[in-house]
Amino acid sequence: MREVDYNQVVETVSRLCMEANYFLGGDVVKAFNDALKKEESETAKNILNQLLQNAEISRTEKIPICQDCGFAVVFLELGEDVHVKGNIIKAINEGVSKGYTEGFLRKSIVSDPVKGKNTGDNTPAIVHTMIVPGDTVKITVAPKGGGSENMSEVKMMKPADGIEGVKNFVIDRVQRSSSNPCPPTVIGVGIGGTFEYVAFLAKKALLRDIGQRHPDPFYADVERELLQRINNLGIGPMGLGGRTTSLDVFIEVHPRHIASFPVAVNTNCHAARHKTAVI
Amino acid sequence: MAEPKRITAPLSDDDIMKLKIGDSVLITGKILTGRDAAHKRLFELAQKGEALPVDIKGQIIYYVGPAPAKQGYIIGPAGPTTSGRMDPYTPKMLELGLKGMIGKGVRSKEVRDAMKKHKAVYLAATGGAAALIAKNIKAVKIVAYEDLGPEAIRELEVEDFPVIVANDAHGGDLYEEGQKKYRKE
Ligand code: SF4
Repeated sequence: MREVDYNQVVETVSRLCMEANYFLGGDVVKAFNDALKKEESETAKNILNQLLQNAEISRTEKIPICQDCGFAVVFLELGEDVHVKGNIIKAINEGVSKGYTEGFLRKSIVSDPVKGKNTGDNTPAIVHTMIVPGDTVKITVAPKGGGSENMSEVKMMKPADGIEGVKNFVIDRVQRSSSNPCPPTVIGVGIGGTFEYVAFLAKKALLRDIGQRHPDPFYADVERELLQRINNLGIGPMGLGGRTTSLDVFIEVHPRHIASFPVAVNTNCHAARHKTAVI
Repeated sequence: MAEPKRITAPLSDDDIMKLKIGDSVLITGKILTGRDAAHKRLFELAQKGEALPVDIKGQIIYYVGPAPAKQGYIIGPAGPTTSGRMDPYTPKMLELGLKGMIGKGVRSKEVRDAMKKHKAVYLAATGGAAALIAKNIKAVKIVAYEDLGPEAIRELEVEDFPVIVANDAHGGDLYEEGQKKYRKE
């Protein structure tokens, strides 16, 4: 069995935390530029230009895109034929601590939700582990800001609500979020599974690159329709009016129980951060 | 794109009345910072009728909690935080003479009414444009509540700090009007 060193995990996670916060994805930058061409509002164009400049400053000076450097959400795909020496969850948390401290990233985690104090190093991370075929360790760090996370929701719908019910729920959620999640946003939608799993699906959907459609043409069409309807809401960048409310909508689906129809919306801001490495 | 208006902070009443929703504005001068914890303290003092540790009369408060500064920088990335959380305290601040606020997101009806009454403006900074905004901050000084760490009240010296007028002193609301304008049925 292939062996991976504990420290290699620590170093990789630390690097990914910094890179995710400093280097906005090329897909997002391209989406800003595309939106700029279509925008009709002067205010919106002004904001999109600021976001482009901001991404450029962050990239060249290696400073965070946003002061809210997020909750460190980690997707771990662990190959069944690889063994990490030591506790991998501990290694990931050590990496987060190192990355947030050495990278001058803001620490935003409170140790206990009611009685807690800031943990001082942005740990613990939220780790989603998947066992997959192969002998590699794939790690994605997706720092998640509070402003947009707060505009997310799970709804246990009825199977009879069908896809139209899903669409209306998504549109309504975006409308109610208005200026709060720092639009232009990216919208992750989960459909199916159980109460807790559907939220995971919506979060996982946010890992896709802007423009990447669902492989099933049915859901790809729903994604296109939702994006258009959202952008017709007029909310615009920062909620000040315009054509660019969301950059994309991603759907992830899963089998469901005959009696249930869970749907989740996970809202991400334009600081749509995620970086991946394979060890 | 229309040329941005340049204004000097603290704001003169004349400047305030000239600002209209949708105006792109560059601020140069001195502004204060404050967010949740500082607002709570100021509010409690004001309610008891006690003097505040900083004079907010005529001032602009920027709702911000910056990231740490790395070597060679005076401040870390410093974008706006959600203004709505300050809404419960804001009418009192306006009553005491606060003239401007910088943040992100819509304000409550109570705040909008108080702004109109006391002739104040709400300026939207771009959430998530934190690295860019920090470039326009030239000096930082803690002026009150040092114990609050990142939430302490600071005085910032800014130059061409970019904002958009979201609510003006005449009752205009760009969130409402802008969204209505670009809505397609
Ligand atoms: S919602 Fe996103 S862009 Fe806005 S302040 Fe939070 S992390 Fe930054």
